[in-house]
Amino acid sequence: MHSDQSDRASWWLRLLAFGGIGFLFLPIAVIVLYAFNAESSGYSFPPQGFTLGWFAAAFARDDVMAAIGLSLRLAALATVLALLLGTLAAAALYRRDFLGKDAITMMLILPIALPGIITGIALLSAFRLADITPGFWTIAIGHATFCVVVVYNNVIARFRRISTSLLEASQDLGANMWQSFRYVILPQIATALLAGGMLAFALSFDEIIVTTFTAGNEVTLPIWMLNQLSRPRDVPITNVVALCVMLMTALPILAAYTLTRGTEDIAGSGK
Amino acid sequence: MTLAVRFQQVSRHYDAVRAVDQIDLAIAEGEFFSMLGPSGSGKTTSLRLIAGFEQPSSGSIQIFGREAAGLPPNLRDVNTVFQDYALFPHMSVLDNVAYGLMIKGVARAERHRRAEAMLDMVKLGQYGSRRPSALSGGQRQRVALARALILQPRVLLLDEPLGALDLKLREQMQTELKALQRKLGITFIYVTHDQGEALSMSDRVAVFNKGRIEQIAAPQVLYTQPATAFVADFVGTSNVFDAAWAASLTGQQQAFAVRPERIRPVQEGQDGDGIRLPTRLLDVQYLGAVSRYELEAGPERIISMVLPNDDAAARQVLTPGQAITVWLPAQAMHALAG
Amino acid sequence: MMTVSLPEGQTTATRPGILLRLGGALYRHPGLQLALLLALPLLWFMLVYLGSLCTLLAQSVLTFDDFTMSVSRELTLDNYRQLLSPANLDVVLRTLSMATLVSLASAVMAFPLAYYMVRYARGWQKGFFYVAVMLPMWASYIVKVYAWTVLLAKGGIVYWAYQTLGLQGIVDWLMTLPLIGGNSLTTSNLGRFTVFTYIWLPFMILPIQAALERVPANLLQASSDLGASGAQTFRHVILPLAFPGVVAGSIFTFSLTLGDYIIPQLIGPSGLFIGSMVYTMQGSIGNMPLAAAFTVVPVCIIGLYLLGARKLGAFDAL
Repeated sequence: MHSDQSDRASWWLRLLAFGGIGFLFLPIAVIVLYAFNAESSGYSFPPQGFTLGWFAAAFARDDVMAAIGLSLRLAALATVLALLLGTLAAAALYRRDFLGKDAITMMLILPIALPGIITGIALLSAFRLADITPGFWTIAIGHATFCVVVVYNNVIARFRRISTSLLEASQDLGANMWQSFRYVILPQIATALLAGGMLAFALSFDEIIVTTFTAGNEVTLPIWMLNQLSRPRDVPITNVVALCVMLMTALPILAAYTLTRGTEDIAGSGK
Repeated sequence: MTLAVRFQQVSRHYDAVRAVDQIDLAIAEGEFFSMLGPSGSGKTTSLRLIAGFEQPSSGSIQIFGREAAGLPPNLRDVNTVFQDYALFPHMSVLDNVAYGLMIKGVARAERHRRAEAMLDMVKLGQYGSRRPSALSGGQRQRVALARALILQPRVLLLDEPLGALDLKLREQMQTELKALQRKLGITFIYVTHDQGEALSMSDRVAVFNKGRIEQIAAPQVLYTQPATAFVADFVGTSNVFDAAWAASLTGQQQAFAVRPERIRPVQEGQDGDGIRLPTRLLDVQYLGAVSRYELEAGPERIISMVLPNDDAAARQVLTPGQAITVWLPAQAMHALAG
Repeated sequence: MMTVSLPEGQTTATRPGILLRLGGALYRHPGLQLALLLALPLLWFMLVYLGSLCTLLAQSVLTFDDFTMSVSRELTLDNYRQLLSPANLDVVLRTLSMATLVSLASAVMAFPLAYYMVRYARGWQKGFFYVAVMLPMWASYIVKVYAWTVLLAKGGIVYWAYQTLGLQGIVDWLMTLPLIGGNSLTTSNLGRFTVFTYIWLPFMILPIQAALERVPANLLQASSDLGASGAQTFRHVILPLAFPGVVAGSIFTFSLTLGDYIIPQLIGPSGLFIGSMVYTMQGSIGNMPLAAAFTVVPVCIIGLYLLGARKLGAFDAL
């Protein structure tokens, strides 16, 4: 009776699975819902009415716009740095074996494996020691450091799927290293780069823990959110900003997913 | 005679492993040269040394008289057909074939024209716009060939190019490759583990074993006069009589080999130069045109004999368990080195 | 058919000198290639990351003067001694027990979901479940925490739900329990536990899913073929094979809970966590040495955890 039944899950397993997904999306639904709530204070449920008015109000606020602008610039810079460093590291490590390779891989993972607070306070103490005033650049350096591994993971996974004989074939046909990279490797890792970049962007855009240590007086969008949370006011504006942050992180994730889905047959060997 | 490729005392070591161990080799221009051996024998490493994907640990490799050690693959006048074809999956078939010309800076229209001509030559004229993934194994193989030949290399390296094809296609491609090589007149260096393939196509064959070359010879010589027990056994099958056994038969401590098809049951009134060997028939395998007979000549001493199935004399009597005396003609016995 | 003319562009291949020579040098010395590729990332991580960690570690043995509120360069182990004071041990234990409970709860919730994803999700469901787990995992942390303060607030959705369902009595009773309860859901340990579990749950689902994905279907057939019931197969085949995934997931849930200071600050009763301790020590008090010493605690715990996990082969499930 066990094996012929196995094509369909029992009702309780389905309940647990879909219930779990429901649990995961409950807060997200709440954010979407409340951004359109007509009420001006409090979180009472059910909502009293529907309005788009708070969007206009939020985007008219200088502090909100400044925070959005700063976070966008930071995420863009951190992404570029992470793409450069992550791709170099992936290219160096994917096919070689040498003493200390594991240590290097470990070092790349460490900034996201260790609690963010450690990375944050470590950077802060180093900046203080070097007499660097926290600000835009210190945030960007911190963000780039923990974003590298995201790019690295995406790119090295793609590198591993590229048959080594493709590179040899390119050289064999007269291409030097740069040409081989340009014409054979780059087209095949392009979507992985894009996906890794998207993830890095999302990661940087909403990072808060490391940022609070390295930000100095700068207010990124997540820090703006946090400030709102500790002394609640402007609830409707906060709701709208929350939805914006959610979209700014969710959309790149979805894009990255569609980019890397089903790439096996594209990036595989000629076999 | 111009030498296309020359190895002098070439070795390639990976840590303690000697993939290629002090090899000397001279391949003439225009020759169809095969490197034959089991996997791990050093044949592929030797090919990769010529292509430039590996560098020798020691020794000298010359390509048309020019020292190649230290020269990157892109600066060598050789091209390679890879075992897995290594077609660029993100390019059309036409762009794959035109790749080498693009790298050389040939204008787009011109390189496409020449790539089309190349595809016509390998009978894939209509397939230029397809992706490699939309082709069959045999078609990909031809594309790989066209791509390697478009640069008109003086040496073409082929790394088990037919390994992934089924038997029928493989035989057809063997014929075509040989014809192509004759037509182009360039040197083919062909790596394979299939002795039939090596024998049927090559001008000369080098038999590799454990990083060394056991024998370099034309196919007929390799088959009829194997220099070592390894060659005798790897190229075709052979009955190897080691020194001790040989001594008991001939009185001389000289190992020798006899091909199964040269052995016959002793006929009435048989004489001449040769040895009579009393055996017992263990098993008969029917193989179509011929049958193989496993014979026991003593403890642990098994030989095989192959007889054509239209041989009436053979067909009538032989059943397992039966005693048979066989005849080893002296001219079929080849002394082995070592 | 073969055209045998040399391409006119052939001379362009010999671009002058330096690039060619560099290419040759790189070819002859693979080590040089590696060094060129690795130089930038390695320099960055050595300088920015390891350098910072070392600075942090060095700070932990400096002296903090309680009266002048300043750091002096006198070396001392006092900060580590202070860690062992009852109040600070309390902080460590509070954090550790929360991390353990959160990891366990995530594993229990994640397993059926991951199991369903691997065994039963077909067609559109496969992509749907993957995205449905990945999206909440990556979506903004601060917004998710904010959403929970909205959810749990008095008069909010959760409040409305148990009022409507007539469960007020049960919630009131839960709130009276020691350890779990509090004045309201927002200030109770139950609320904090819920939010922690929610935030780290996806980090548990994906490694378990990856581990289960690697269990070949024919193993399950073999097990039932040998007469095992569904429950027996689960107990003796699936669970042991998926366990490395659970351990891998718990690395995240554990590590993230240990370092968090925002959730404890916003939801739950007063009482510091390791993260909040570090944050206040360096921030409002300016006692960087003690803050630095405190960060060594999660580093050691996670280090030990990683060593154990490695023995279990959990890294293959990452």
